[in-house]
Amino acid sequence: MTFLVVALVVWLALWALNVWIAGSPLSKARAGKLMVPLIFGVAVLVLWEGLVRGLEVSFVILPPPSAIAAKIGASLPVLWQDAAQTILKGAIPGFLIGCGSAVLVAIAIDRSPFLQRGLLPIGNFVAALPIVGLAPILVMWFGFDWQSKAAVVVAMVFFPMLVNTVAGLQASERMQRDLMATWGASYLQTLVKLRLPAAMPFLFNGLKIASTLALIGAIVAEFFGSPTYGMGFRISTEVGRLGLDMVWAEIAVAALAGSLLYGIVSLIERWVTFWHPSQRH
Amino acid sequence: MNRVLPVLTVLAGIVVIWYAASVWMNATWVFDQAERAGTTVTWAEVIPQTMNQDRPLLPPPHQVGAELWKGLAGQAVTSKRSLVYHGFVTFKGTMMGFGLGIVAGVLLAMAIVRFRVMDMSVMPWAIISQTVPIVALAPMIITLSSQLGLTDRDVPKAIIAAYLSFFPVLVSMVKGLRAPDQMQLDLLRTYGASEGETFLKLRLPASMPYFFASLKVAVAASLVGTIVGELPTGAIEGLGARMLIGSQFGEPLIMWASLFAAAILAGLLIVIVGFVERLARKRMGVPG
Repeated sequence: MTFLVVALVVWLALWALNVWIAGSPLSKARAGKLMVPLIFGVAVLVLWEGLVRGLEVSFVILPPPSAIAAKIGASLPVLWQDAAQTILKGAIPGFLIGCGSAVLVAIAIDRSPFLQRGLLPIGNFVAALPIVGLAPILVMWFGFDWQSKAAVVVAMVFFPMLVNTVAGLQASERMQRDLMATWGASYLQTLVKLRLPAAMPFLFNGLKIASTLALIGAIVAEFFGSPTYGMGFRISTEVGRLGLDMVWAEIAVAALAGSLLYGIVSLIERWVTFWHPSQRH
Repeated sequence: MNRVLPVLTVLAGIVVIWYAASVWMNATWVFDQAERAGTTVTWAEVIPQTMNQDRPLLPPPHQVGAELWKGLAGQAVTSKRSLVYHGFVTFKGTMMGFGLGIVAGVLLAMAIVRFRVMDMSVMPWAIISQTVPIVALAPMIITLSSQLGLTDRDVPKAIIAAYLSFFPVLVSMVKGLRAPDQMQLDLLRTYGASEGETFLKLRLPASMPYFFASLKVAVAASLVGTIVGELPTGAIEGLGARMLIGSQFGEPLIMWASLFAAAILAGLLIVIVGFVERLARKRMGVPG
């Protein structure tokens, strides 16, 4: 019981601290903006630990954070091997191939409004479909290793990226395009100097969506067949063995990798589209 | 006509590419068979043979269409082989998750708009939550709910679907509830409106366009979540389970047919949400 009480007290104290920070001038500062979510995260972990230990929740239902942290520390090589297989070999090549080809296709159909009008509604529709369903088929085609995972990722990210790029290429204004025309700019010059830069906010929007889809695709594809390592493989086998601490360890790695990928894309976005209103501070 | 013709052209192009690809991919099998039989085949003989194999690598469109038709209309809708039956199971899961996602998203958005501390502490985590690949959680949510004595397979599916669909609702509602400008808020204050009245009469109506815009995204996400929830869990009902069965028993036709059934379901859901949106807009007196 003491665990529970201590956890609740700590939770309340941290929450009160957050309320105080949010009401104080500190909340406008960068440090305050960073501290509040961090404190909230710590408070959740403390409450989790306290609830699990205090109520003596069975280990197979919910392991406490401390046990998960211990597991992460004890099995770093395995986690690294899984992450390398799933993320470095499956998700990232698929992400690059899928997004790259989507941008190329969007530029290729750029000169034909007819094709655009045809492809855009279909692309929009396909982007809303549960493409993950293709995973078993692609695993059957490309085998159990990373090629099939990359293929699933390509299929998942292609259409959201295509739709965003096509929309982005139409984002430059009539006036700006006319200006390029009065300067005698060729199609290619207009594309490189005006329309592609103007499309960047849309492109990055697509890349951000794709970065989360890529991890989902790579992990789901492993449920349908994989070598004897990989995050999806580890999760499905450890769930079967009720090794929930390992499952949570993999989830922590997946969350870290997902946030990292998203963060990298946002950083590059800030660097490339510094001129956009949403990036000005 | 201006919009239909290009779409049809692109669709026709996709079908042509599909046929070409299925000839190319299924030809290997025909050549293998011929080699085993010790005969040689010409391409003119190969092409018809790629069109109706039992277990094609890539079934041509007409085979998928036939299987889909058989699944949708070929038997009673209560049959275990009927795609309507499995589609309905998936639909049920999607709706439960969608409803749960809407409630969670709207409530959280209300709290975030009302309390600054919620905005500062919860909003960053809501964003991070979407970078966690939910499918990693799916098998665990299912064991967890069975450990807790929930034998009903709908619950874990609905949780996964809700996890994916609450986020678009949350983001749009936060934006929507903050949409009224200072002038309008000031006006309500001069009327002596309480906080609850301001919420009901100004903030909530102002957020409706944002709300409906997010629903289309949320319903699609919810369907993805339901199907993912059915995939890795040995579920026996639902379109995702159908795909899994097709994969495990090496029946590509079943896989493709259920994939297309899922696509049809997604289309239906989006159309329905669009219809509800138009109805609500009309009732609220929004022009157009």
